[in-house]
Amino acid sequence: MNNPPPTLPTPAAAYGAQARAWNWRRALSPTGNTGDAVFRAVLFGCALVVLLLVGAMIAAMAANSRLSLREFGFGFLTSSEWNPVTGRFGALPFIYGTVVSSLLALLISVPLSLGVAVFLVEQAPRRLSRPITFLVELLAAIPSVVYGLWGIFVLAPLLRQYVEPPLQKWFGWMPFFQGPITGIGLFTGGIILAIMITPIISAVVRDVLAAVPVTQREAALALGATRWETTRVVLANGGPGIAGAIILGLGRAIGETMAVTMVIGNRAQISASLFEPSYTIASVIANEFTEATEAIYLSALVELGLILFLVTFIINAAARLLVWSVTRATSGTARA
Amino acid sequence: MPTMHARRYATNAVMTTLTAACAFLAVAVLVSILGYIAYRGIGAISLQFLIETPKPVGEGGGIGNAILGTLILLGMACVVGMPFGIATGIYLAEYGAGRFASLVRFLTDTLTGIPSILVGVFVYTIIVVPMKQFSALAGGFALAMIMIPIVARTTEEMIRLVPASLREGALALGAPQWRVTTGVVLPAAASGIVTGAMLAVARVSGETAPLLFTAFGSRFFNVYLDQPMASLTVQIYNYAISPYDEWHAQAWAATLILMTLILVINITVRFFTRRKI
Amino acid sequence: MIEPRAGEQPAGQARTTTAQAKVSVRDLNFFYGATQALFNISLQIAERRVMAFIGPSGCGKSTFLRTLNRMNDTIPGTRATGEVLLDGEDTYAPGLNVVNLRRRVGMVFQKSNPFPKSIFDNVAYGLRINRLTTNKTELQDRVQQALEDAAIWPEVKDRLKTSALGLSGGQQQRLCIARALAVRPEVLLMDEPASALDPIATQKIEELIVELKRQYTIVIVTHNMQQAARVSDVTAFFWLGKLVEVNATEKMFTNPNEKLTEDYITGRFG
Repeated sequence: MNNPPPTLPTPAAAYGAQARAWNWRRALSPTGNTGDAVFRAVLFGCALVVLLLVGAMIAAMAANSRLSLREFGFGFLTSSEWNPVTGRFGALPFIYGTVVSSLLALLISVPLSLGVAVFLVEQAPRRLSRPITFLVELLAAIPSVVYGLWGIFVLAPLLRQYVEPPLQKWFGWMPFFQGPITGIGLFTGGIILAIMITPIISAVVRDVLAAVPVTQREAALALGATRWETTRVVLANGGPGIAGAIILGLGRAIGETMAVTMVIGNRAQISASLFEPSYTIASVIANEFTEATEAIYLSALVELGLILFLVTFIINAAARLLVWSVTRATSGTARA
Repeated sequence: MPTMHARRYATNAVMTTLTAACAFLAVAVLVSILGYIAYRGIGAISLQFLIETPKPVGEGGGIGNAILGTLILLGMACVVGMPFGIATGIYLAEYGAGRFASLVRFLTDTLTGIPSILVGVFVYTIIVVPMKQFSALAGGFALAMIMIPIVARTTEEMIRLVPASLREGALALGAPQWRVTTGVVLPAAASGIVTGAMLAVARVSGETAPLLFTAFGSRFFNVYLDQPMASLTVQIYNYAISPYDEWHAQAWAATLILMTLILVINITVRFFTRRKI
Repeated sequence: MIEPRAGEQPAGQARTTTAQAKVSVRDLNFFYGATQALFNISLQIAERRVMAFIGPSGCGKSTFLRTLNRMNDTIPGTRATGEVLLDGEDTYAPGLNVVNLRRRVGMVFQKSNPFPKSIFDNVAYGLRINRLTTNKTELQDRVQQALEDAAIWPEVKDRLKTSALGLSGGQQQRLCIARALAVRPEVLLMDEPASALDPIATQKIEELIVELKRQYTIVIVTHNMQQAARVSDVTAFFWLGKLVEVNATEKMFTNPNEKLTEDYITGRFG
């Protein structure tokens, strides 16, 4: 919030800085024109609505999860019991499912996204990089529910037949790859998430790499660096921005709902095996919200929502600040 | 010299190949998804399918009400979301230097990353609960909430692209700020703003999670905004997780319709921006 | 010593006559897409001398400099014809190792461009990637040597581990020179190295150039004619993508052969 992106002060804003003394007319219209005052007030109102919406979201969820907050307290986070019949609710299995599926997604998606971005910015000739950029962006345009459909009927059978058996055969001694193979579970959820966040991460990394000044590349090349060695210099330049991109991808993975719900198996359990069904915070809200007839049940679901909100909010905030720091710093030196 | 550096050049070649492979893999996934949708979807599409309402398994049925529902929901989202989004964008671009504007900008950016299902939860508590029923109104409002930050940020970016000389030229003629903005700046940025708005529509048309407990879904044609309303995405979801092959086939067909809408918007936007810049 | 218009000689003869030239360019044409930027440039650059390229903006002097280490290859849609011989070897020959060429022909840019690393790591970068040192002591020695050669050692010796971005503009530029010197290039290209610096920093760079020519062959592009006069032994004048005149610097600035050169030097245009 104290880190605005690069902004050129507009004429109106420059006036505003001078008009410090509180005078509603001056405050609204530094130009002293009534039309301007009205215009600005209307726009300000709309911007204020956006602000209030965020506040209202937090307030509404906090209010509606009060029952659950009072009943379970901090134990909500550490209990793994989720029983609508007895009215005992704990978030741990969902937190586990969310964290593991998201980390798995990052594990697969980060190298892939970096590869895509490096290829598009540093290596591909222009006539190739343009269409590929567009196609990768299209991946982000596919709705979550469509990924879910594809996940159920194409990806899951594919993994069940060709990927999971060999993994179990070679790495079955590790707890991650034990248990029955169904194609539905954490593993499939992680992979579908990886596919979904790859266009997001790679798009931000692309912007970050493109913001690295050409002079950095030339400096490396002029010292006899190979193309890959030059790329490493560029990557080092974009460090914080790339971290921001990854965190942004993490935020997206954590909040992704439909596709994960459709392939992860939706069973509230904690199992080391990636082949076992699991459940995420977003999925349980999607599945059980309309079934929750008891007040405490609904309240527990809203509290899950509140947790998800706060976590994704913090993650997104951190990511934005990191990405801004890079794109602003480099554009700053370019202007100097 | 060559042997000494053989490893460096080998690394270089390997990494170049690997990054190309990453890009190729991403494109291959896209092509396989789109190709499979076309392959499974085309067979199940017929005129009946496009205009009928859902029927029990074995009796055919269609997604006419879902198509209409999606269009109505999108229309409502635009009516509510566009004015707020564009106005916020203008505010950020024209008066965007202060603390308040920075906060709004930061929140809109962050809001785009908030899981859309939480918008559904929020709208449920503020609209569905007081009205005591699921409604198209709630669904449209949920979609509008997702639309606002996207539209606001693209509008801001597009307005910032308008050269300062244009603005100064009008101001120097003695025009008040609001006339300059509405009469000179907005028309100059119009095509960009429309582009951003179209992309927001494409993005929102694929949303499912925020509709699950707002518009909910319906098996009938419905044009009343206080009633539950069907949508393509929720219909796809319900059919996809059903146990019936016939419904699966219908899910693919509905997906083909939805993806066609989304792809047409994306490619049109691409075409226009390519021509413009 | 310099034969600017040697264009029509057969290749074999050219090679014998340029035995002492470090870099020998023959009939070089350069294109940005369909636009030709350089026309039939032929010139020879003597070893352990400083050659300055002067001319108005857009005359092709920087473009020409960047053909000498093939840095223009990085710009899509560019094309060069003709020969650039380094020690008699054609640097534009197909299959030539460009990476190796750039190690032999170092470059300092108009705007200082240190990596966002420590001062030490900046200078060590070229040594490390090119595997030029075998152990840590040797690496440290070479880094120190380079920093001394670039006349910046006393200013940075106590803060080698701090970020290079904390240095002043002039220090950054000398650091970039040190970074280029560390790999011991045979030729050092300098593209208006002092254009972004204040007069005192500029003076330091100029003194450094005069010092460096004892070991290195230096080519410097400058828009400042006084600078060319102060630091160079030979000056080449470019105009509209053509090489108008190459001459000993003293002669060039007192009694040039070409009318065009005289007009430019006396400030009658550009």
